[in-house]
Amino acid sequence: MSETLISKPQMTGGAVKSTPWYQSRRARNIIHALIVYALILPGACVFILPLLWMISTALKPSNEIFVYPPQWLPSSPQWNNFSEGWTAYLNFNRMFMNTLIITVNNVIGNLFSCCLAAYGFARLRAPGKNFFFALVLATMLLPVEVTIIPQYVLFTKLGWNNTWRPLMVPPWFGWPFFIFLLRQFFMSIPMDLDEAARLDGASSWRILWSILLPLVRPALATVVIFAFIGNWNNFLGPLIYIRSVDKQVLAVGLNMFRGQYGQVDFHYMMAVALIVLLPVLLIFFFGQRLFVQGIALTGIKG
Amino acid sequence: MVLTISALIRRRPLTLHQREQVDFYIAILPWLLGLILFTGGPVLASLIFSVTNWTGMNLAEVKWVGLENFRTLLFDDGLFWIATVNTFYYSFGAVTLGTMGALFVAILLNQNLPGTTLLRVIYYLPSITSGVAISILWIWLFNPQVGLVNYLLSVVGIKGPLWLGSQDWVKPALILKSTWGIGANMIIILAGLQGVPVSLYEAAKIDGANWWHEFRHVTLPMLSPVLFFVVVISVINSLQILTDVLVMTQGGPGTASFVYVYYIYQAAFQYLKMGYASALAWILFAIILALTLLQLWGSKRWVYYEGGEH
Repeated sequence: MSETLISKPQMTGGAVKSTPWYQSRRARNIIHALIVYALILPGACVFILPLLWMISTALKPSNEIFVYPPQWLPSSPQWNNFSEGWTAYLNFNRMFMNTLIITVNNVIGNLFSCCLAAYGFARLRAPGKNFFFALVLATMLLPVEVTIIPQYVLFTKLGWNNTWRPLMVPPWFGWPFFIFLLRQFFMSIPMDLDEAARLDGASSWRILWSILLPLVRPALATVVIFAFIGNWNNFLGPLIYIRSVDKQVLAVGLNMFRGQYGQVDFHYMMAVALIVLLPVLLIFFFGQRLFVQGIALTGIKG
Repeated sequence: MVLTISALIRRRPLTLHQREQVDFYIAILPWLLGLILFTGGPVLASLIFSVTNWTGMNLAEVKWVGLENFRTLLFDDGLFWIATVNTFYYSFGAVTLGTMGALFVAILLNQNLPGTTLLRVIYYLPSITSGVAISILWIWLFNPQVGLVNYLLSVVGIKGPLWLGSQDWVKPALILKSTWGIGANMIIILAGLQGVPVSLYEAAKIDGANWWHEFRHVTLPMLSPVLFFVVVISVINSLQILTDVLVMTQGGPGTASFVYVYYIYQAAFQYLKMGYASALAWILFAIILALTLLQLWGSKRWVYYEGGEH
């Protein structure tokens, strides 16, 4: 890093003459870069290969799946694998809609409850605030396994078994990690803004909505992406609570599909898995820039 | 506080400061309700369950058994020890490889060379693609006959094992899969690397340091708080591995990948032994807490805080 950043004025000009070419700054930079690429590129290939292999398998005709040595590309891409796998065994359309409804609800619920709480912890002065914030941090350490069993009992007693309510209600009541993340962002904005607005007669909610939220867009994007991916991939919740196939979500459906076709029809499985993965990939690529900023900040301050 | 409440009761106009206090409690109200209903209440309930022999859903059958569940787990339940050892094995491998791999990649990608943005995306992408779809992808990659992993091994002259079908290789397979997701740690370490002042490297250069000295005496100490964070979070997460086991191995072959949370899942939701499963969950919590405190204590030896001790 230092070699690419520092260029000392005295090295340019006459000094180069006395050193052999391979010790000149330019040559050393090139050698340095080559070494870095030699180390990083093979790893990058290994990291991207599984996803490419997934796409390739999804497009293969069934007689090219179990070929050894593996065939890198299908002889002719079978685009109808997607529609055949999607409709072969389960009503994936229905499950896709179910997953989408639950996920969108949960993202909005998390945004609402976590923005409010984070705003309180970061910007409003009140007695007991530090105590409650310590509770936020403490619950972050508590493994979900401790609460999942009593929650199951609670929701069963409420008659919520085999409904979406155990999945869709809790997100409206906050999530410690997001509260912590948003609080860190709110803290980084000068307090003078709030004070000035308050003296001008703005309410707390007006300050949050019109002044602060527009300033923390990267954090909001981070929460949206994390919440979307987490809920879209949620497997254990639906597995425990939902019995009827027509209420089921994609993650569990995909696992049922694996149980049925798991030994043979890998082209169908990869095709369906790709469709399931697609919304996650899309949201990542559209939000990537904001997202990486967001995690970087919590990473440092965490 | 008292003044605020009395003002609220007598319907007097609040001062700005009192208004702010009321707003604070309104703002945290949803979270506070959730804390009581979905965390605090369940934590208490779980403590009570763990000292009962409750099975099934009928509250009338609950019987107080004291610490019997814990005694059985620790002294009579071989499965508990198998699950614990398997989980530690996995966790140790996943955290070691995950942290060192993420550090290695982050340092290389911190060099501001052309193309690093694309490379960062490539390394980061797998870590967001978790879930069942990816577990299924890895079943396919680990296929012993025609899977890509064994094919690539055969290219360099190694005959690949049975992976998910082998008692000895199923845990390494799960560790390998987890290493594919080092991207999240990598991003955090990258952010930490960018916070190291360039002046320190310049000073090291002037003192005649080579790359190893720079890494050992500048990068590593300055990065140690971030690395500590990464290790603590990775340990906590890896001890709770579940989805991969549920989808890829169901604890097998035999009990070779029977991990701790899978045991909790089975005890609670397949055998409905709610009391026993709660006791299991609390032992896991104790393990996580103990390991975190141990790391906190050990961190004094290797974590360097520039602003002094925290």
